[in-house]
Amino acid sequence: MTAASRQAMYKFRLFVAADTLNSAQAASNLHALCKAHLAGRHEIEVVDVFKDPKRALAEGVRMTPTLLKLSPGPVRRIVGTLADVARVMQTLGLDAEAA
Amino acid sequence: MKLERSSPVTASRKSPSGILGFDEITGGGLPRGRTTLVAGGPGCGKTIFALQFLVNGAKEFGEPGIFVAFEEESRRITANAESFGWPLTQLRRSRLLFVDAQPKLDLTQSGDFDLCGMLAGLALQAKQIKARRIVFDALDMVLALLPDLAARRREVYRLHDWLMAHDLTCIFTLKSGVGEPTFTSPQPYGFMQFMVDCSVILSHSVVHGVSQRNLRVQKYRGSSFDENESPFVIGDTGFNVAISRILGQLDAKVTQERVSSGVKRLDTMLGGGYYRAATVLITGVPGTAKTTLSGAFAEAACRRGERTMIVSFDSDGSEVIRNLASVGIKLERFAKSRLLRVVSARTITGSAEACLVRIKALAVAHRARCLVIDPVSSLSNSGSEVRAHGVAERLIDWSKSDRITLVCTSLLNEIEGQAVGDSALHISTLADTWIHLNYLVQAGERNRGMSIIKSRGTAHSNQVRELILSNAGVTLADIFTAGGEVLMGTMRWEKESAERVAKEVSEVAGKLKLVTLDAQQAELQVRLKAVQTELVAKQVEKTLLASTTASRKAVTLRGSVRMRELRGGDAPRRK
Repeated sequence: MTAASRQAMYKFRLFVAADTLNSAQAASNLHALCKAHLAGRHEIEVVDVFKDPKRALAEGVRMTPTLLKLSPGPVRRIVGTLADVARVMQTLGLDAEAA
Repeated sequence: MKLERSSPVTASRKSPSGILGFDEITGGGLPRGRTTLVAGGPGCGKTIFALQFLVNGAKEFGEPGIFVAFEEESRRITANAESFGWPLTQLRRSRLLFVDAQPKLDLTQSGDFDLCGMLAGLALQAKQIKARRIVFDALDMVLALLPDLAARRREVYRLHDWLMAHDLTCIFTLKSGVGEPTFTSPQPYGFMQFMVDCSVILSHSVVHGVSQRNLRVQKYRGSSFDENESPFVIGDTGFNVAISRILGQLDAKVTQERVSSGVKRLDTMLGGGYYRAATVLITGVPGTAKTTLSGAFAEAACRRGERTMIVSFDSDGSEVIRNLASVGIKLERFAKSRLLRVVSARTITGSAEACLVRIKALAVAHRARCLVIDPVSSLSNSGSEVRAHGVAERLIDWSKSDRITLVCTSLLNEIEGQAVGDSALHISTLADTWIHLNYLVQAGERNRGMSIIKSRGTAHSNQVRELILSNAGVTLADIFTAGGEVLMGTMRWEKESAERVAKEVSEVAGKLKLVTLDAQQAELQVRLKAVQTELVAKQVEKTLLASTTASRKAVTLRGSVRMRELRGGDAPRRK
């Protein structure tokens, strides 16, 4: 993990399906994770697929909730409630940072 | 296409698939606004079935559709489907939408999820193209990602509710293992079978080394349907389900029209020829001129200007034409003018069902009115016998409903004297006319005999005739029976010449007798005349004699009186 990425701003986009249980869980899991590891350097945009289906189509989002990590680095896509914190951290490239 | 067969009442509740045979099985198509499950193992044709449902909907019934691909990329699916000649590119502009929904390879999953995102997108797309039909192809791919059965079930019901809310006619396709679910080994998505309103099972098996595809409607809520397995073929134009005549379907129209068999005397024996749209079976051991007889029929049909097709399982098309030319059946010019099509079916492989579909397709493409299949027993060579019987039945059913006059030959086993394929095909019971050819070996000769075993609706000759092939054509000759034995070939010829000689002799003898009698009559007449003349002469003589005698008496009397007077001795005598 480079120093640059350590300072980098994390941009997330979370696609949710209104206030379904899965989506609510994902949102709260994401907020908790950001608070713990990315305090002060994260942005979260929440998109409701029912309110804005065009964006869901454009991003090819089929399953909700879907989390997109837009930056830094390659775009990552995680589907589900984000309950498995270790797995999520690994995918986002935060595991080394946390260690 | 046979799309308008269903009655308007059922059609409103059903969404016609436009798939040959399937709408007949289900009485009109899939349940409208409901879900149908199409399950089957790999390579069964689930995707093709579903896609054809959409294509026909968009093309024929004005119902736009969406294809959601979970497994294969839609690009590949459309590329594969191009081979069926479906106008996908044209339809994709406005009436057919492909949605790629394959789970992305780089996707990480963490915890439970749902399909709301997809449904939100689909709702928008469905509105845009005014979709009436939707297909979820390989739904199991996405369901497999869900953590547990409860979640799968929840998502399937969510999907189901969504479909009902949007009033879409839907097909789910689902992979299934071999066989059907049982209580001991429930299938992972068994609950779907209970949820859906209609369930179609496709299977693909190998029977005696021959591929065999079957379709079966397992359930159909609120409708009757054909419950049996029906064989199907994926042909040049897509799905083709083989169906037998379903009860209550209209009978084919019958006709009194006769068509020539190509052999004049045979026409006479049959009371005018075969019936139009009849099925004629010609059986016989190898070399009994079955092909020739069917060729004569084909030639006669061509002469009438009717489009004809010969399907030969034995030889190549050009060989058939050459061989038939040797017995005066000239087909070459008809083949050149494309009135006649000769197809060599040696190259057609696959099940009997596949053969039938190919033959049908060729006949329809050729717009054949007369069809010869030589020999039809070849159909039973591939696949199981039960199937082959069904094929023969459907062959006859189809030819009748399309008003095609069908002549089939069937090989008989020389040793057993039984039809090779007949026991399997049972075509003899279905055929309208059955002509049997056999050899009669006698006095060192092998001659061909022909008899009509049956001919429905026709008075027909009960006699065996001799079939004579020469370079002038096919003719039938009466056969002679002498001392209870049937004479054929040279023996018949000998008998015929002997009879001819005997007849000539007796004719001459008769003439001679007549002449003799004439002479005798003339002689007698002459004699009669002479005698009559003599009789007249005698009568004249007799009269003359009588008159002279009388006058002499008178003279004598007068003389004696005068003498006495002269003598004066006696007194004149008084009386």
